[in-house]
Amino acid sequence: MVKYENTGSKDTRSGFGAALDILGDTNPNVVALCADLIGSLKMDNFVAKHPERFIQTGIAETNMVGMAAGLAVAGKVPFAGTFAAFASGHVYNQLRQSVCYSKTNVKIAASHAGITLGEDGATHQIMEDIGLMKMLPNMVVINPCDYNQTKAATLAAAEYVGPVYLRFGRPVVPNFTPADQKFEIGKAVVLNEGADVTLIATGHLVWTSIQAAEQLEREGISVELINIHTIKPLDAEAILASARKTRAVVVAEEHVMNGGLGDSVAQVLAQHLPTPMEYVAVNDKFGESGTSDELMAKFHLDTPDVVDAVKRVLNRK
Amino acid sequence: MVYGANSGHPGGSLGCADFLVALYGNVLKHDPKSFKYDGAEQDMFYLSNGHISPLWYSVLARTGYFGVEELASFRKLGSRLQGHPTPDKGIPGVRVASGSLGQGLSVAIGSALAKKMNGDRTLVYTLHGDGELQEGQIWEAAMFAGAKGIDNLIATVDYNGKQIDGPVDKVLSLGDLAAKWKAFGWEVLTMNGNDMQDVLDVLGKAGLLTGKGKPVVILMKTEMGFGVDFMMGTHAWHGKAPNAEQTEKALAQLEETLGDY
Repeated sequence: MVKYENTGSKDTRSGFGAALDILGDTNPNVVALCADLIGSLKMDNFVAKHPERFIQTGIAETNMVGMAAGLAVAGKVPFAGTFAAFASGHVYNQLRQSVCYSKTNVKIAASHAGITLGEDGATHQIMEDIGLMKMLPNMVVINPCDYNQTKAATLAAAEYVGPVYLRFGRPVVPNFTPADQKFEIGKAVVLNEGADVTLIATGHLVWTSIQAAEQLEREGISVELINIHTIKPLDAEAILASARKTRAVVVAEEHVMNGGLGDSVAQVLAQHLPTPMEYVAVNDKFGESGTSDELMAKFHLDTPDVVDAVKRVLNRK
Repeated sequence: MVYGANSGHPGGSLGCADFLVALYGNVLKHDPKSFKYDGAEQDMFYLSNGHISPLWYSVLARTGYFGVEELASFRKLGSRLQGHPTPDKGIPGVRVASGSLGQGLSVAIGSALAKKMNGDRTLVYTLHGDGELQEGQIWEAAMFAGAKGIDNLIATVDYNGKQIDGPVDKVLSLGDLAAKWKAFGWEVLTMNGNDMQDVLDVLGKAGLLTGKGKPVVILMKTEMGFGVDFMMGTHAWHGKAPNAEQTEKALAQLEETLGDY
């Protein structure tokens, strides 16, 4: 199996902040908005260097999204940031009408996504946001796996013309993808070629899946490991090419089973290549307070859970 | 148009006719033959109460944004003139979709902010229903504009006192509306929306108040269904299409449209 090294753990939201800093210096049309969470969104550098291009919206997210749309109409490239729970559910109708239906070039920076938000608990831990956002026509949905990929994804989102929901997290996590990667929206990244099972992961579950694949390899199971960072548009071709080889699929995500990447993959398989599939996801529950690591274990989003899912699907082949 | 589609919102459309005609005919700094989506160096208008699209489309057409003959396609399958305004079929004059209420003021503020960043001294105008002011997002936007001094923005409220379920005062009273806007940091003007001279005068006054640190709001008193006697004095015509006989009767009441049917 390909060896992946953690070059030094960092939080993915810092990857966003680093990219926004670069965009501030290189793209004069980029502007940023934040709903009273500058520090959390790592927007401090941008705010300090480009105060005239930063809009503090206060705790008023529906207004923030509307203003982002109006800025985009007038030629700006707005990044609107807040916690994922507020960046998706709270502003759904605004994203629907003022952004997606109107096709305004708005980028939603959705931080602290998933259960790894930790101690704040379920009111803040959203695990339904991939589902909500992928259901909006014209919305591109990206969930990068580490600091380097989040930075690259942010830069790519600024280049792309159209609405983007960029989802990243709070905790410090392993950083293992290339620092100089060229991020291609909609393109799956094959991390390891294998024959027995297709293991698809997104976001924080990619590193978890790497650990699982290494353990499975030691047990003689050949894992084809794929990072799908773009849930929409989905790289169906890559999924089918792999499933044709392995005939068994597992999808791992920090999200509920309903409506996430797993459901997107199942949709492709059911239509074109019915294949046994297992989910590593949260089965229709809200989160709770705890540390990030404790919660990933409790909610079955950890390495043993990925290993178990692979073994379950292999039994169904 | 509403008769032709057998659906639509004639009441508010008729009430706001003088205002939109004045805005597009006399006030906006714009070029109908050269509509710029990004509104650079042009005054922009956002219709937040998108349901009065028949009026907006009519005014846009008659001001020269597109051909008058296209109005007959309103609400029909494949039309650029969708039931509620949207830019997605490419109709000139429309920059953002509206219909679900409460969003237009935020969008307008965004464009106003962009103009300030660009050193662009043109203005942004909006129109809202009074029922629409029951939406919370309006007040998020109002608070922001007042607090941040978005003084290149002129919002207008169609203050007709009626909404779908009855008089606004009965459904959910807006209370002392002028005082509310004032408390949010806005300059407040009142206008008789069905008196063209007053419309022009107050729009002029509003323009002079811009650039002085406060956004401007015009509380425009109108009569829903103005100009058609059976549509006035009632909230019944918010969203109801007239039948053939009613349409003929309505058009006969205004000299300019007599014989149009």
